[in-house]
Amino acid sequence: MKGFLNPLNRDYYGGTLMLLLGLGAAYQGMHYPLGTLSRMGPGFFPVSLGVILTLIGLAIAIGGKWAGLEDEKKTLPPEWRGWFCICLSIIAFVVLGKYGGLLPATFGIVFISALGDRQNTILGAAGLALASSVVCVLLFWWALQMQFPLFSWG
Amino acid sequence: MYESLNGLWFGFGVALQPHNLMWSFFGVLIGNLIGVLPGMGALSAISMLLPLTYTMHPVPAILMLSGIFYGSQYGGAIGAILLNMPSHPPHAVTCLDGYPMTKMGKGGTALGITMIASFFAASFGIMVMIFASPLLVAIAFKFGPTEVFSIMLLGLLAGGTMARGSALKGVAMTVVGLLIGVIGTDVNTGAHRFTFGITELSDKVELVALALGLFGVADFLHNINRITFVGSGTKVRFRDMRPSKSELKQAFFPMLRGTLIGTLFGAMPGTGPTITTFVAYALERKISKTPERFGHGALEGVASPEASSHSKTQVDFIPTMTLGIPGDAVMALILGALIIQGIQPGPNLISEHADLFWGLIASFWVGNILLVILNVPLIGIWVKVLQVPYRFMFPCALFFIAIGVYSTNNSLFEVNEVLIFGIAGAIFLALDFPAAPILLGYVLGPLVEENFRRALLLSRGDLRILFERPISAAFMSVCILLVLGQIVLAVRGAYLKRKAGVPGIDLPQAPGSVVENE
Repeated sequence: MKGFLNPLNRDYYGGTLMLLLGLGAAYQGMHYPLGTLSRMGPGFFPVSLGVILTLIGLAIAIGGKWAGLEDEKKTLPPEWRGWFCICLSIIAFVVLGKYGGLLPATFGIVFISALGDRQNTILGAAGLALASSVVCVLLFWWALQMQFPLFSWG
Repeated sequence: MYESLNGLWFGFGVALQPHNLMWSFFGVLIGNLIGVLPGMGALSAISMLLPLTYTMHPVPAILMLSGIFYGSQYGGAIGAILLNMPSHPPHAVTCLDGYPMTKMGKGGTALGITMIASFFAASFGIMVMIFASPLLVAIAFKFGPTEVFSIMLLGLLAGGTMARGSALKGVAMTVVGLLIGVIGTDVNTGAHRFTFGITELSDKVELVALALGLFGVADFLHNINRITFVGSGTKVRFRDMRPSKSELKQAFFPMLRGTLIGTLFGAMPGTGPTITTFVAYALERKISKTPERFGHGALEGVASPEASSHSKTQVDFIPTMTLGIPGDAVMALILGALIIQGIQPGPNLISEHADLFWGLIASFWVGNILLVILNVPLIGIWVKVLQVPYRFMFPCALFFIAIGVYSTNNSLFEVNEVLIFGIAGAIFLALDFPAAPILLGYVLGPLVEENFRRALLLSRGDLRILFERPISAAFMSVCILLVLGQIVLAVRGAYLKRKAGVPGIDLPQAPGSVVENE
């Protein structure tokens, strides 16, 4: 099966990703003084790590090409709805936490992430979010006295 | 010897102080609960509660965190046996024979044997820890920066190569972890590295955010809408949990062998818990006179892997505490917690923080006894907890993650970090990269750099010093052997695959769709 993420491509893309990360780290590390072996500057360690990662990435990518297609590992279809909702829910926590306070943030993260699951209904998600809000008030605000106002504006 | 017993006596005094006992109890209870939940393991449990310990005294903090660790392992076995649901990858092998036993109506016996095996193995591991740690300390005092660097290099290499899957990918993830550890202010020069002008980053990446991103959010991203869930409605009563005499006899030697394997693997740096249980299972099947019974409810297939994971858990603490070198990701997290508390684990730990060290050891015993007592009446509740659907569980867990990360610094910036690392972790998972070495690299990174710099400062820039000092040379040669061995294996494997298209090892694949994120 030749899908987007079959084993061959997985190694190939993974290796390339490591290669790019390594190159990026080495390039950025060059901006800091390198120093000498006996007196290393702050740039020495990151640059060497970047070079090592680049080489490993190269090896993984080439290895993926060379080994050829193999065992048909199950490739899962992308799960856009779930991914989108989970990411959005965390962003919502940050935004609502900043401009609304702890309670809206709690409701937001649970409600939005619950909608990511196909079996959850809107009503079910809202119920779950309400229940978590109660737990949040009792546990974090009242019992643990967290430094996070329940409501805030701006 | 005498000193060890003396220390242990002192340790019991520390561990039984009401305050410490309470936190230890809290830790094992929460660990047990979280371990039972599908898709949650020791790593997410510890990192979620780590922020809570920041304001605590170091002793109860560490007692609680390690209680969570072994508590979650007891919990994980329950899901594996009763529901064929490995909450945590090391228990995947337990499913193979544990679930068939449940289907045969012997789930209670399997749980009982698991509990006995776990307790036996943990006790053995604790004994090893008591007597081996002082010996290791004696050697560790000869360590200078050169030796520390080379043994850390060995730990990192082993952690990368011995994770499941491709060795190269494991090492790549270790390097990524080291790079993440570089982010922040350089201790020697004060230079800001990889901060990209973000002030919050000058204080390093937050450990909790990294761990919860990689092992919490990334898992949710991977598992959402993909975990198919079957409740089994099994009822287990205490009466069913008592194994018969013949069953005990049948399980005794597998239990012993599992314990020894776990001890051996625990002493080796970098071997993860999953590989340990798989090796224990494979060995039992290999030496059994009736290997065909395995996979259909063989008691040995439950006793040995569970014993191995528990003795490994205890022995794992030895290098972490006495050398400051964690064997796997969970230990890296505990090491991180100690460093946050201002305690640098190493050869001086036993003498400088005797209350912590011996208190911890004694609390292992106390905690394990608590767990056995807890699990007997609570088993019915755990079975209920197991039936909480994933679709309700993960939003709540996500909320706990967000609030836990927020509370580390009372700032929302760390919550953003969780999202970034969660997405990165999910991408790595999808590309078949193991995530655990990242954490190991992150925690060890600053120490590796520091010791490397010091070693070369002492030798005036001469790299040969790594091979001139005997202890360091030994570690370096093991490193080289490890790398060479992996290259030979990889080339041979690729060659064989090309030639025949036959997969190499036939380790049993466990059912369930929980992600293999050791």
